[in-house]
Amino acid sequence: MLKNITIGQYYPGDSIVHELDPRIKILVVTLFIVSIFFVNTFIGYLPLLVFILTVIAVSGIPALAVLRGLKPLLFIIAITVFFNMIMTPGEVVYRLGFINITKEGLRQAGFMALRLIFLVTGTSLLTLTTSPIALTDGIESVLNPFRRIGVPAHELAMMMTIALRFIPTLMEETEKIMKAQMARGADFESGNILRRAKNLVPLLVPLFVNAFRRADELATAMEARCYRGGEGRTRLKPLIYRRTDYIVAGLCVVFFGFVIAQRFLFA
Amino acid sequence: MIEIKNLNYIYHPGSPYEKYALRDINLQIRKGEFIGLIGHTGSGKSTFVQHLNGLMKPTLGTVNVSGISTTDADAAKRGLRQKVGLVFQYPEHQLFEETVAKDIAFGPQNLGLSEEETEVRVREAMDMVGLSFEKLHDRSPFELSGGQKRRVAIAGVLAMKPEVLILDEPTAGLDPRGRDEILDEISALYESQGITIILVSHSMEDIARLATRILVLDKGQVVMDGDAREIYREEEALNAIGLDIPDITKAMKQVAEKTGWDIPPNVLTVQEAVDVYLRERKNHA
Repeated sequence: MLKNITIGQYYPGDSIVHELDPRIKILVVTLFIVSIFFVNTFIGYLPLLVFILTVIAVSGIPALAVLRGLKPLLFIIAITVFFNMIMTPGEVVYRLGFINITKEGLRQAGFMALRLIFLVTGTSLLTLTTSPIALTDGIESVLNPFRRIGVPAHELAMMMTIALRFIPTLMEETEKIMKAQMARGADFESGNILRRAKNLVPLLVPLFVNAFRRADELATAMEARCYRGGEGRTRLKPLIYRRTDYIVAGLCVVFFGFVIAQRFLFA
Repeated sequence: MIEIKNLNYIYHPGSPYEKYALRDINLQIRKGEFIGLIGHTGSGKSTFVQHLNGLMKPTLGTVNVSGISTTDADAAKRGLRQKVGLVFQYPEHQLFEETVAKDIAFGPQNLGLSEEETEVRVREAMDMVGLSFEKLHDRSPFELSGGQKRRVAIAGVLAMKPEVLILDEPTAGLDPRGRDEILDEISALYESQGITIILVSHSMEDIARLATRILVLDKGQVVMDGDAREIYREEEALNAIGLDIPDITKAMKQVAEKTGWDIPPNVLTVQEAVDVYLRERKNHA
């Protein structure tokens, strides 16, 4: 019953997008997000749409897998659209009781929906094409310059790596404990919400106890191997920029530069 | 008692991760048998035992426990989980209550038994696994030793008074003494309670000593089914699937080779080995 939950939705492949240096991908996604909020005409979103479709095509990820990322957000998008439609003052195009839908409201709602959709697809393309480990390495490297102002870059990345590493372990454990308690007659599937919450105690207590035990053991194991933080630590697979990385970065900077600049050029 | 017909189980059918875990298993488990289930890691032992109390449902075929089919929607309600008690590997990882007594009472209370009846069951179950109710019932299960925790967890299943008790590697991770104690308690349970026991184990010695019938699983299939003497005669066949005969059986085979004495190829226990050896030595004196 827990098998259909996927976290860290990496979709393995060997396309250019997959092979790209994670730091470049983080940079590109950042540029993409900034552009989304600079564009203020519908026609202005066309280049962004073309960009997204190109990335999907090149990466070889089924479009359905990308769209699936939108599903949990449908509700939020719907609410945003609804409130923007009725709350924006302006020229009324439709009236229903005390609700006024304005021309400006429709426009605003359209923008919001587009922005949210682009935001989600753009970022899910990043996580779909980048393995969690590469992603944390990239984040650590990008955050590194901020260490001087006290951002614990290495520690954050290590925490993310460990958390990701333990997701499947904890899922397995949950299933095992669930079965063990079901063998003792526990019932996790019926009753009202209060009863169900109460029935979770025999599952959650051992799960937490075991998680703490594991954390303790992991800490000891790391210490036994002389782990002492990121200072002077080298990598098995160091991140190195290659020619494609430079080319893609250059192209994207120019492309998004234009997308952002058009707001001011054609204003 | 338990009737298994044409049991097949496939993990993730239809996906690229599809894996045949159990294949065409047909067998009957009769009341009062002590079954030793052995097989290499990944041979399907744990998958198999989970089918016996309905935690897993067959992809194909049927499992029938005294008239209840495990695929019935109301199998759990009709007492399937009570009839077939399953002690998982490392069962101490499932303890959750504040006190030992409350933890053991979890099963009986899920069965809807009264407070008084539950307490009687808890006392009995603790007694069966050699734990003192007076000394331990008020302690937190988390502050006990490893062996004691495991006993509490086993007692938690025994308190449901199952007709069939399945133990999935009950001695894994225990020291030799803890292992012997648990096995002795299981053996005593079998003698005194008249229940059917299925013991999953890697240890050929333990199985040889206790089981009345041995099932050998390999790649999800039952490849051997018989008593210890029959099974342990097949050294080559066992070796071929990554298993081995007990050390004492092996040692006595070597003695037979060296001396040419008339020693059976399936000596099971040290005591038996000593007897055979002394007898043969006298014969050749």
